[in-house]
Amino acid sequence: MASTFSVKRQTGFGTIALLCFVLLYVPIATLVVYSFNAGPSIAIWEGFSWRWYIAAWNNQQIVETSIRSFVIASIAAVVATTAATMAALATTRTRPYRGLNFIYGFINQPLMVPEIVTGIALLIFFALVKIWTGYTGLGYLIVAHTAFCIPFAYLPIRARLENMDLTLERAAADLYATPWMTFRKVTLPLLWPGIIAGLMLAFVVSLDDVVITELVKSGGQDTLPTYMLGQLRRVVTPEINAISSVFLLISIVIVTLFFFLNRKQT
Amino acid sequence: MGRAGSGERRSAIEAIGVSKVFGNGDDAVRALDNVDVTIRENEFFTLLGPSGCGKTTLLRLIAGFDFPTEGEIRLYGEDIAPLPPFKRPVNTVFQNYALFPHMTVAQNIGFGLEMLGKPKVEIDARISEMLKLVRMEELRNRRTSQISGGQQQRVALARALAPRPKVLLLDEPLSALDFKLRKDMQIELKRLQHETGITFIFVTHDQEEALTMSDRIAVMSKGHILQIGSPRDIYDRPAERFVANFIGDTNFLEGQVKEVRGSKARITLDAGAEVEAGISEGANPQGNVTIVVRPEHAAIQARPGADALKGTLENIVYFGTDTHFHVKLASGPHFIVRQQNRHGAGEEFKTGMPVGVEIGQNAAQVLKD
Repeated sequence: MASTFSVKRQTGFGTIALLCFVLLYVPIATLVVYSFNAGPSIAIWEGFSWRWYIAAWNNQQIVETSIRSFVIASIAAVVATTAATMAALATTRTRPYRGLNFIYGFINQPLMVPEIVTGIALLIFFALVKIWTGYTGLGYLIVAHTAFCIPFAYLPIRARLENMDLTLERAAADLYATPWMTFRKVTLPLLWPGIIAGLMLAFVVSLDDVVITELVKSGGQDTLPTYMLGQLRRVVTPEINAISSVFLLISIVIVTLFFFLNRKQT
Repeated sequence: MGRAGSGERRSAIEAIGVSKVFGNGDDAVRALDNVDVTIRENEFFTLLGPSGCGKTTLLRLIAGFDFPTEGEIRLYGEDIAPLPPFKRPVNTVFQNYALFPHMTVAQNIGFGLEMLGKPKVEIDARISEMLKLVRMEELRNRRTSQISGGQQQRVALARALAPRPKVLLLDEPLSALDFKLRKDMQIELKRLQHETGITFIFVTHDQEEALTMSDRIAVMSKGHILQIGSPRDIYDRPAERFVANFIGDTNFLEGQVKEVRGSKARITLDAGAEVEAGISEGANPQGNVTIVVRPEHAAIQARPGADALKGTLENIVYFGTDTHFHVKLASGPHFIVRQQNRHGAGEEFKTGMPVGVEIGQNAAQVLKD
């Protein structure tokens, strides 16, 4: 018994691991494969074709909702990341103060409150605002997305700030840099990877949100995910597979970038 | 190194009644307690003490990273205690160097001047000058992550010296280097101080480093400065037990004051002999006192003389360049004698034999406590 303990050698470890991978990836693989189906079924394979990708590309509604999704995600991610950066600075670059842990919880609240609750709360609240103001534009969706994106942007930025050597900022101050110049010349350049990571995470999270969007949107404000959900209730063709596959590809690219940026930090 | 006594030079830094308390209520820690110290212009001044003695706190107060709870810190007569660090003409070399990882060597060195708004031509010229001073010209455009620890150390020095600070603060800058490099950097630091003529305040817990580099040393313990003096003063004439113990090896002997004459006292030792011992400034020894004798300031005799301390040789420890003789004195205490090894000398001694210990002229010092 000279060998050390390893979880890899426990009975059933391999089986469980395999099962997890199967459950995770087989459905996705099926989805992608059938997006190339030449026939109109999502279950009967009739040969390879780009047909449904072309169909999706030519579908005016898909183009429209995709653009709307990107607009909302872009604005929400930028605003949320800005707010998250400020929040991260305020929670790491100050002396510990009373209620700091409460503030952590407060900022991360959207991660803990069930999405459906937030969605319904927003629905009711925005209904009131609509009556008061008469405004019915895209602003509600952008505000709602910004709110739930903040913790996703906040976490990588805070992690980056916490790992940063505080003496660097002290050294800058020692070398005649005012607090603002210290931030601009030292803190911000070193924080960039964290900010970009936060931005991309927020973007992805906004892009594929369904629950809150479904509840907050007004008529004609479908985003790509809510449009896809709506389509599923009618005829299902591999067109939906094609959109999903493209969506998947975009997410993978962004998350991969996020991963590499995070790895560069350490 | 021994010319520290000249008191005519201007004072660069004065700490007057400085206290620093961290925390409050029952958790309050007094890191500095009513410290007074004057550091002269152009001097290599060392704050020496074990960790937690307050030396780094004092340095941070001078740099402006912290503010004193009480007292004043004057830079050439002006109270700088309330100023933020970026308004003080004082620069720091940090223990971990704190080089900016997103900048090149040159950008690091030029940072201070850039923040001071100096023209680019002047900054570039100064960077070249500093690179030459620390002998790093060929690494100008390297990233700081691509250079060795010793090189980073030099860049940190160049960066802190580039804006021509009135005082340079060094926070244990050599502690991260290996032995050989540390020795080289000690000499390098002395050279830099000599060439730039800037006042250096150096913090260390390494007594040897302090002795070899400093013009004057302040020995600190528990938020107090116990003694300030030249390395020779501190080593040969320690005023307090802590100082004697912290720096080098020491023998302590108990005795009675027989008479005091000027800065000398005659002491009748419990061990039987009578010695003349120095008195620290401001001390007035009476009754029972403790004296200290450095091991190399005593001699061992195989045939004890009349005024030697009698004892038994318990142990002989050979160190190559010198030998330590552990003697158990007849009166009780142990005494260590260090003798340099000369060809053929010392071989007559065997453990267990009766020996005498002779204390040299001007070798003993009376402690205040």
